[in-house]
Amino acid sequence: MKTWMTLLLLLFLAVVLGVWIALPWQGALVLTVLLALWLGLTRPGRRALSVAGVGISTLGQRLGSSAVIVVGIAGVVGVLVAMLAMAEGYAETLRKTGSLDTAIVLRGASAAEVMSGLDRDSIVQIAQTAGIARDAKGEPLASPETVVAANLPLKGGSADDEGSVQLRGVGAEVWAVRPQVRIVDGRRFTPGLRELIVGRGAARQFAGLVPGQPIRLGSQTWTVAGVFASGDALESEIWGDANVVAETYERGSSRNSVTVRLADANGFKPFKAALEANPQLKIDASTTLDYFSKQSEGTATVIRIIGIVVGTIMAIGAMFGALNTMFAAVAARAREIATLRAIGFAGLPVVVAILLETMLLALAGGVLGGALAWLLFNGYGASTMAAGSVGKLSFELHVTAGVLWQGLKWALAIGFIGGLFPAVRAATMPVTAALREL
Amino acid sequence: MKYLHLIWASLFRRKTRTILTLVSIVAAFLLFGLLDAVRTSFAEAGQSANGAQRLQTGSRLSFIQTLPQSLQSRMEQVPGVKTVTYANWFGGAYQDPHNQVFSFAVAPNYLDLYPEMSVSDAERKAFAGTRTGVLVGEGLMQRFHWKVGDRIPMQSTIFPDRSGSKNWVFDISGVIHSTDKKAAGFFDQMMLLHWTYFDDTTPYNRGQVGWYVTRVTDVNQADRVAKAIDALSANSDHETRTQTEQAATASWMKQLADIGLIVTSIMGAVFFTLMLLSGNTMMQAVRERTSELAVLKTIGFSSTSVLAMVLAESVLLLLLGGVIGIGLAEPLIPLISHGSNGMLALSPVGAGSWALGLGLMLAIGVLVGALPAWSAMRLNIVDALARR
Repeated sequence: MKTWMTLLLLLFLAVVLGVWIALPWQGALVLTVLLALWLGLTRPGRRALSVAGVGISTLGQRLGSSAVIVVGIAGVVGVLVAMLAMAEGYAETLRKTGSLDTAIVLRGASAAEVMSGLDRDSIVQIAQTAGIARDAKGEPLASPETVVAANLPLKGGSADDEGSVQLRGVGAEVWAVRPQVRIVDGRRFTPGLRELIVGRGAARQFAGLVPGQPIRLGSQTWTVAGVFASGDALESEIWGDANVVAETYERGSSRNSVTVRLADANGFKPFKAALEANPQLKIDASTTLDYFSKQSEGTATVIRIIGIVVGTIMAIGAMFGALNTMFAAVAARAREIATLRAIGFAGLPVVVAILLETMLLALAGGVLGGALAWLLFNGYGASTMAAGSVGKLSFELHVTAGVLWQGLKWALAIGFIGGLFPAVRAATMPVTAALREL
Repeated sequence: MKYLHLIWASLFRRKTRTILTLVSIVAAFLLFGLLDAVRTSFAEAGQSANGAQRLQTGSRLSFIQTLPQSLQSRMEQVPGVKTVTYANWFGGAYQDPHNQVFSFAVAPNYLDLYPEMSVSDAERKAFAGTRTGVLVGEGLMQRFHWKVGDRIPMQSTIFPDRSGSKNWVFDISGVIHSTDKKAAGFFDQMMLLHWTYFDDTTPYNRGQVGWYVTRVTDVNQADRVAKAIDALSANSDHETRTQTEQAATASWMKQLADIGLIVTSIMGAVFFTLMLLSGNTMMQAVRERTSELAVLKTIGFSSTSVLAMVLAESVLLLLLGGVIGIGLAEPLIPLISHGSNGMLALSPVGAGSWALGLGLMLAIGVLVGALPAWSAMRLNIVDALARR
């Protein structure tokens, strides 16, 4: 192949890949329909289809080398989908924790709840701010909360193997502020007593979190009253009465944050304005949705980047595997292709036919990898020290449609590159030389 | 050895195919090199000889809970304890809260316990004499283009001063040079300030200490000393938990993520694919050389030497690609560590990684070569030459 042609091909490839990465699924659907129409309705299209048919019908005889493409791409897609699903599950767990109709108030310039601190006066003033929903008795739905960490023995580890769990001391109004929390076993803690309720996720990770059982936090003994479920990041925490927790941790009357339920779903802006209008308060307020989404950003991005870096290196390997297989396939069919061209087939149908064959294999690999990742990892429990918290956050990997589509896109891109060069070689091979070759 | 030329020639008989396969192998082992660096830097964190002599004492309740400063003199009385120092987490950030800096407020004797950090005598003196002085790691100096003598504004993400402002000002007194190349990524990015200045300035600390670090006189006594230290505060409102630095780091890393499992599963997928791919190449190579192998046998090569030659060819293929791959990972790792500003302090490819990598190359080479080599050995000369 001439040098300028290789360069042109690389340029074409870069453009195609650039467009392909940016393409949403609707675009891909339109492309598929256009391709199908071209294949079915035009003369070169039908020729391409028949050449591809010959290639595909002989796949069975080249099982080993075809499997290289399928398995290679399945590996890339499987790893990529698993990593993206991890980022997705992590971000989703935190995002679900927040909502638009609740707001969290922290001391100004605090990066996270644990780093914030509000004194008694500020808490009272925050609770009196206009825009907070009130209960039947007219009390504002505000929960001043203390967020600290506690060391607990890990499940399945030795007695000395301790992990950190986030302990949240909550106010009396918390059940109305966070209605997603429901008790699934046992009962709520009794205010004023050393009692705890534990999240389902925390109960899964730490030993001894069973209703009715005593547990030791530092030198003090607490009783587990119940287990709660909320389907979000709160599930990884353990909760107690804010006053008792603050006393244990020598926090006095100060609290880390105040979470409030807003009077209506669009009430955040006026609420924030009212807070900022109060000159005695030095605070930051955000909707909980905003707050928790931001907390997840850094870690989710890191997981995604790792997934893409690992995926890219694997993709390079798979791509060269595909190139190898398709070059061999083209070489084996050199005479057949040359014959076609001798009897008047143009180059384009040949190129399209070989691309079709490779991308079909790639698609199979993508589907296989995606399906495997979905079977193995969807709902798989993982945990990490979450950024902005002081405890282990347990979350589940979530293989979403978006993540699967991403994997398929990669598969098809690898197939495209792996097929393009062999296809062009097949189409540009001198007919006479190929026919003479044994 | 004398057949090396022959093996080499047959390996590069089809240049395109061999090079394409090689690139795949290079990619796989490049990934192996990088991931194994991640795994080892997690596994070896805190496992240095210096680390073995140090105990960490924190609050039993949780890692964010502080301890009274009075504990220091009592800990020094425990038999087997050589020196005790303490530190607090400062939570510093430069210019933007996202530019987090590993910053500790430390006791005057902190550096004595960490021979991994070397500071020139003059600079150490300057640090001791400057209330607002800080010692800054080499990498951190480069990252923000600081010089010794600079006055720098820092934010604490946790602690305000008495006026409620979270903006602190420090004077750079000296540079910390890391003497331990493996842990360099961590000490390089560190900033140390005076605990007394910290405690005087923020109203929130009130003479408390984040954690104690103890140097023991005899490493073998570490467990006993740890128990004795914890006994000091048993049943008080500030119970402690003392662990070797190694155990503390390991449990911390484990909480972060099960890196070993993730790395192993990714590498499993990669090597499975690689085996299929290079196996296919070897099958093709032997299939198209059937008649040549028959000729070799005709002129007197024994069946076993044909087997050995095919096996050697596949091992050579794997070794070639693998060594290039890990070799490529070698310069990439410092680049990644540097690019992540110490967030990801990877240890360089060590002898252990090379040994494991070479072992994998040999094993995969033998495995993928086995089937083609077997069929080459069983080759019947007459059938092969007749192309049957």
